[in-house]
Amino acid sequence: MPLVEISNLGVAFSGVPVLHGINLKIEKGEAVGLVGESGCGKSVTWLAALGLLPGKAAVSGSVRLGEEELVGAPREKLEQVRGGRIAMIFQDPSSSLNPVLRAGRQIAEAVELHQGLAGAAARAEAIRLMDLVGIPGAARRFDNYPHEFSGGQNQRLMIAMALAGKPDLLVADEPTTALDATIQAQILDLLISLRQETGMAIVFISHDLGAVSQICERVCVMYAGRIVEQCSTEMLFRAPRHPYTRGLFDAIPRLDAGRERSIPIPGTVPQAGRMPAGCAFAPRCGYATDVCHNQVPALSGTEGRATACFNALDEMRSATASGTTKQKVEFA
Amino acid sequence: MLRFFLIRAFRAFMTIVLVVTFAFVVLRMSGDPALIIMGPEAPPEAIVAFRKAWGLDQPIWIQYLSYFTAIMGGDLGISMRDGQSAISLVLDRIPATLQLTVPALILKLAIGIPAGVYAALHRDSAADRGVMAGAVVGFTMPSFVFGLILVLVFSVTWGVLPSGGQDTWMHAILPIATMSIGGAGILARFSRSAMIEILGQPYMRTASAKGLPWRRVIWEHAFPNAAIPIVTITGFMVGTLIAGAVVVESLFSWPGIGRLLVVSVANRDLAVVQCILLMVAATMVISNFVVDILYGYLDPRLRNNQARH
Repeated sequence: MPLVEISNLGVAFSGVPVLHGINLKIEKGEAVGLVGESGCGKSVTWLAALGLLPGKAAVSGSVRLGEEELVGAPREKLEQVRGGRIAMIFQDPSSSLNPVLRAGRQIAEAVELHQGLAGAAARAEAIRLMDLVGIPGAARRFDNYPHEFSGGQNQRLMIAMALAGKPDLLVADEPTTALDATIQAQILDLLISLRQETGMAIVFISHDLGAVSQICERVCVMYAGRIVEQCSTEMLFRAPRHPYTRGLFDAIPRLDAGRERSIPIPGTVPQAGRMPAGCAFAPRCGYATDVCHNQVPALSGTEGRATACFNALDEMRSATASGTTKQKVEFA
Repeated sequence: MLRFFLIRAFRAFMTIVLVVTFAFVVLRMSGDPALIIMGPEAPPEAIVAFRKAWGLDQPIWIQYLSYFTAIMGGDLGISMRDGQSAISLVLDRIPATLQLTVPALILKLAIGIPAGVYAALHRDSAADRGVMAGAVVGFTMPSFVFGLILVLVFSVTWGVLPSGGQDTWMHAILPIATMSIGGAGILARFSRSAMIEILGQPYMRTASAKGLPWRRVIWEHAFPNAAIPIVTITGFMVGTLIAGAVVVESLFSWPGIGRLLVVSVANRDLAVVQCILLMVAATMVISNFVVDILYGYLDPRLRNNQARH
């Protein structure tokens, strides 16, 4: 049985659908990347799963955590799952920590909630976690406030808070986007080593294919509220089959390209509520045919490799440029 | 930190000097106390004698200097009307005023803050709109209108509460209610907007995402952040504890500072008016100072700024 099974998850804000039936399985201990432009529904998927969306959001479909159904679950049950079984860290660590509460206290709070410790024991465990995520002088810095830490350290504090509940799954929502490149690399290394030590699964939400490739074995590419391509990271980098995925790779600036510019994807993401009739990517797609404008392609293929496209690229057409891109991305 | 205190103390001192000076100038320019206290029919010699006795025949800048040095020496002067020292006249009235303003302040806080927080948590619901409509009515309606309505209902129509005087605790109910309504409305609005802003912050999502129960998310994570604007308004209300009851005390014949001020201004009883203004300025300055200290306590990010100043 998968750890988390999302089936046909839909979200609508004030009647406007933004997520159109997501199907996604996360196995125990695996690392899955969710990739796509801002607003494509990567974060919304997991906020919906944990019941963290505002009241005006209507959530449909199902999210199963083992035997438990999370969509529509009572608040008390969700509060136990949050932080306890599924923990989440966010994009902007500096504004994700409460500015008026001591950093150590915010971690100890999670320890108290999920490990049943209190007082000095909770404090000691919080300090151990701060130490584990690489905060130097953790005991001394327990009583500092978030603004007294750097951005990278704030993200480490967030990770420590997430680890407090010994979760089965860590959802990292663009955890490195707001950080400097060198700090990004440190946080990625930290996540990789924590996963090895704890065996927790990671869902890594990002628009940075390079970061995803370092952490994840499997990638789901999302576009306008749908998963459009899903396969192993290696396969995706060797031969992306969806024209959108291919476009993402072509848009990465290349070191060996000389004065050539990277190729942007023309047009913009359609607004929620103004979706084209067929495939949402068709208006921007160089391979679109008549059927693309009239019918929404289903995600089809095998468990290991699925694409939602009527004109999926074959190995030959897709392999050329992106094979070299991977090396450059890792380099960067 | 010492520097912060010294600068603050100097500013407070300058504020009080300004208030004292302004009061002096305005009162001296707006009417002759000799004419008012002695009456229009008083013989001219008596008026001259009165002026001489109180030093009103001196050039204005000499009057100001002697008045100012007296204040610095702790001498607030003597009431021109009944010869008592101004400070004791004023101090006698303070308990009566505090009997109204302190319970009113507590009531404002006890109604305004929970109502505002509740409205923020149920934003755009019927309850929210109801609370906000009540708040608007509360702080737009002048207190004498609200006071008269209360008198009409509770004293005239139902006859359950007295309409004026200070004899029993029942007499305090209507004035306290009248004073509370406006402040409660203002606090409700400020609490609501402060909470709404805080509820949209990313760290609120973090607090929920770690599994904290909803109630603790609101009161332990959101409210301390929303407290800063609320403390600002509350500080202002504390500053008016002494002065804030002029209209209500007059309306309900409550023998407090407010009524003393009205009577003394009408009589051009300079020493008493200046004494009251000085006290009002002092409470304002002190409550502002306390609010500034509280900011640093509530928001650790401001502490460094205070230390640096």
